Amino acid sequence: MKRHLISAADLTRDDAVLILDTAEEMARVADRPIKKLPTLRGRTVVNLFFEDSTRTRISFEAAAKRLSADVINFSAKGSSVSKGESLKDTALTLEAMGADAVVIRHHDSGAPHRLATSGWIGGSVVNAGDGTHEHPTQALLDAFTMRRRLVGADAGLGQDLDGRRITIVGDILHSRVARSNVHLLHTLGAEVTLVAPPTLVPIGVEQWPCEVSYDLDAVVAKSDAVMMLRVQRERMNAAFFPTEREYARRYGLDGDRMSRMPEHAIVMHPGPMNRGMEITAEVADSPRCTAVEQVTNGVSIRMAVLYLLLGGNEPALTAGNGTSTRTEESK
Amino acid sequence: MSKILIRGAKVLGGEPQDVLIDGETIAEVGTGLSAEGAQVVEAGGKILLPGLVDLHTHLREPGREDSETVLTGTKAAAVGGFTAVHAMANTFPVADTAGVVEQVWRLGKESGYCDVQPIGAVTVGLEGKKLAELGAMHESAAGVRVFSDDGKCVDDAVIMRRALEYVKAFDGVVAQHAQEPRLTEGAQMNEGIVSAELGLGGWPAVAEESIIARDVLLAAHVGSRVHICHLSTAGSVEIVRWAKSKGWNVTAEVTPHHLLLTDELVRSYNPVYKVNPPLRTEADVLALREALADGTIDCVATDHAPHPHEDKDCEWGAAAMGMVGLETALSVVQHTMVDSGLLDWAGVADRMSFRPAHIGRLEGHGRPVSVGEPANLTLLDSAYRGEVDPAGFASRSRNTPYEGRELPGRVTHTFLRGRATVVDGKLA
Repeated sequence: MKRHLISAADLTRDDAVLILDTAEEMARVADRPIKKLPTLRGRTVVNLFFEDSTRTRISFEAAAKRLSADVINFSAKGSSVSKGESLKDTALTLEAMGADAVVIRHHDSGAPHRLATSGWIGGSVVNAGDGTHEHPTQALLDAFTMRRRLVGADAGLGQDLDGRRITIVGDILHSRVARSNVHLLHTLGAEVTLVAPPTLVPIGVEQWPCEVSYDLDAVVAKSDAVMMLRVQRERMNAAFFPTEREYARRYGLDGDRMSRMPEHAIVMHPGPMNRGMEITAEVADSPRCTAVEQVTNGVSIRMAVLYLLLGGNEPALTAGNGTSTRTEESK
Repeated sequence: MSKILIRGAKVLGGEPQDVLIDGETIAEVGTGLSAEGAQVVEAGGKILLPGLVDLHTHLREPGREDSETVLTGTKAAAVGGFTAVHAMANTFPVADTAGVVEQVWRLGKESGYCDVQPIGAVTVGLEGKKLAELGAMHESAAGVRVFSDDGKCVDDAVIMRRALEYVKAFDGVVAQHAQEPRLTEGAQMNEGIVSAELGLGGWPAVAEESIIARDVLLAAHVGSRVHICHLSTAGSVEIVRWAKSKGWNVTAEVTPHHLLLTDELVRSYNPVYKVNPPLRTEADVLALREALADGTIDCVATDHAPHPHEDKDCEWGAAAMGMVGLETALSVVQHTMVDSGLLDWAGVADRMSFRPAHIGRLEGHGRPVSVGEPANLTLLDSAYRGEVDPAGFASRSRNTPYEGRELPGRVTHTFLRGRATVVDGKLA
């Protein structure tokens, strides 16, 4: 593993599988009465959030706390940042306070990259979503969810997603989730198809390792997983599509379309969902929809990432607790 | 005034000659000229060019003296071999009145390093709504002939038409920053493969090209002359080429950085590469070089855009757009155009002195290296190779994309009306 996690594109197939396998171990902690490991005791993790995102922040916070790290939550709102302090000065402050890892969410694409490469801080940087660029832990938790559902939790250990057909539907242009997923799923051997109106597909997408379709009906029947992206309603005002109704009709997932998916196929959504827009309530509440499971899995993935970046060479689960499946060689 | 003999200089890259400066003018050009009573500058085969003229410089004064002042900017210009610069109007306050342009003009006079010709804003406050007092700025001591809202596009077609028509009364020119505003909302870099990967808002080529297409048609319709600032795309080149083929009075400039750098560099998210118009693709760069060589693009203009360190030492989204360019322009042109065989030194003199002075109707600059002409001259050691070190810049700002990059050529001497402003590469 590298020192930072900035982009899903930075992960090799082995890196990614290691994270997924480690997350399986971490998931078992959640089943215990005391959901905590001593692994990162004495380490400080800062959640540096320049953009509101309660669910991602809480997920990282829970992950760090389950590993016994000290957690500092830093929100730009109401902080020195709102008084004009720069990212650099904020970073220097965190460095002075001895942050071992900084989990950063930022409205500007590239801000985590800048933080990691500028020399402002010495600790690890984890990208928790930057602008319309990337959200690598979201892609990892999505892949984790797919592997569990499509391959099986135990059977999936050491496995990738070779040959699985994944369809990502919606606002690709503005989606950091889509970008990270395309990179990661390709690395894991999956075949990815993006589906969106042409206005929401970025120029240059032909260079991405995926297919592009404007016709959802043409691809649902051959998808192992259909990932619906949240569509922001203001996109309509910017003329990306004519009306919500037309969008829902052409690119929304309803019961009829879901019924044409293979029996084993799942429906995914990073949340929060616009019910009635990109996904109907019938689909969102069906057992095939993994949206809630993805939230649970997010904590396991973030535990794995923080552990692998900060935990050194010790096994994720301490010897003697009977749950560690990893050997020294597997690291 | 004393005499200066420049001995053995390749005038416009030709055979070595001596050039005798007497007072403010060139007194003799030939071989074996007498050095009696003259200070001698041994050129040793260096390239002698007419003093460079920049059509597009941001001097930041008044208003942003933390970035640059007229004095520091003209020092940087002299170090880069320039004897005249046109100062853009997007200052604080905006140079949209006779008072502000006269202030900039007088500060230039006082600096003594380089002539400063202010550019007047086309519209009040650069807001694109109401014509500024173009005539008053022309009639002022500054004698403004170039008008631009640079930094912003005059996007209202009627305002643009009126400006083009109005400046005909005093042989003025409107220099357009071609950027269709709706197509570039939220734009942070060239729209294409790299922007798609990086998740940065795309600045599509068509946002530049559509405005240029409109403006050359408008200029032709009203019989005026229009100048297109900082061309950055292959498509823009084609439109200008087409307009010129029609015989229309259209001129265009390209920056040194658009002749060398591509949007691939943005992958570093280093804000030093953030500029407007953005760095484009390799194909665009090659088209721009070719167009400069064949004369479709008339001149090189630096778009020297100084910013203080803190405005660039930050995340990409928060960073200011622009890069300094006066002190590296000639080196970049040598690297991209001369060393590649696309342009000879006479061509460089044409694109960096004669034509920009002519477009700006700037008297006393862009003249041949001939007897009786003003002694505005630049001496370049074209054999020099060295890494760019911004720590030594005369500009107040250091936001160069070339830090640590090896570039050829070094201006050793600059003469402004017979007085050396730069000697052995250092300010006199």
